[in-house]
Amino acid sequence: MSQATLWLTLLGAGLGTWLLRLSFIETWRWFAVPAWLERALRYVPAAVMAALVAPALLRNGGALDLSLDNLRLLAGLLAAAVAWFSRNVLLTLAAGMGALWLLQALA
Amino acid sequence: MSTRREAFAAGVAAVVPMLPGIAPFGLVAGLTAIATGLSSVQALALSGLVFAGASQLALLQLLADGAVPAVILLTVLTVNLRFAMYSASLAPHFQHLGRRWRWPLAYLMVDQNYALTIQRYHHGDPAFAAHGHWFYLGGGAALWLTWQAATAVGVFMGASVPRAWSLDFAIPLVFMVLLVPALRDRAHVVAALTGGLVATVAADLPLHLGIVAGAFSGIAAGMLAERRRPRA
Repeated sequence: MSQATLWLTLLGAGLGTWLLRLSFIETWRWFAVPAWLERALRYVPAAVMAALVAPALLRNGGALDLSLDNLRLLAGLLAAAVAWFSRNVLLTLAAGMGALWLLQALA
Repeated sequence: MSTRREAFAAGVAAVVPMLPGIAPFGLVAGLTAIATGLSSVQALALSGLVFAGASQLALLQLLADGAVPAVILLTVLTVNLRFAMYSASLAPHFQHLGRRWRWPLAYLMVDQNYALTIQRYHHGDPAFAAHGHWFYLGGGAALWLTWQAATAVGVFMGASVPRAWSLDFAIPLVFMVLLVPALRDRAHVVAALTGGLVATVAADLPLHLGIVAGAFSGIAAGMLAERRRPRA
């Protein structure tokens, strides 16, 4: 990707994100948010975050890998347990990265 | 909370406990930007322009994978769709404000700031209704400064962090912490399971549309699961 295209992509991402943030704040006085859209948007965080997490753990070297050789899956499962109980970024990072480094050292 | 200054200070105070969670996330965003090949200026511009961690990391991941700009933008907007939901829920409380307020306030919208502010608006305290946007501004400013500073530290460290540290693994770890509170009931769990599964399987599809495909199937599955649930 050329530098110009990269800059345009960064600008587009920023502008588009701002427009999403502004969307209903700006248009609220003209029309109400449709009920179906409000329902749909409620599932965005769960669906999006899972879509970001799952491939990073379940895929290894460009393919599905559910074996014990997939160190990121093992470290990720431990981190998921820590995230579940602590809801703390720092603790989850420490557990996940620590586990991955340990497994990589042992492998 | 009778004055603007008090409301602003209360907003700052409310987000302070969340800052230790934001800082490592911002650090990872800065580090990853440099590792992906962005210049320092571009890495800082990314945080300044987008100011939304999950989408910034998704953008970097796709950039590293060689996705085309249209797919990168589509993915960023999909990851940030939740802001439209926040926008709809804050909208009635911001209608008395002019553009000079609304436009910058929109820019400062992030998960933490939104959640804290809407919770207080819903309490229905008339004093808060008058100065709520100052509370939101205080929280937003504190989060913004922390995010930009943490990114800058990450950008600064970036070049000196060896690849063997596998720091890219920090990205899904951060997303996990964001996923947990989103799993509020059975329908949300169905949305997450579907989103994760489809994104994993669809990762082999051309154009790197796996995240977008996962997100929209997850949303649809959540709505279906909700509809099937017997109403009490």
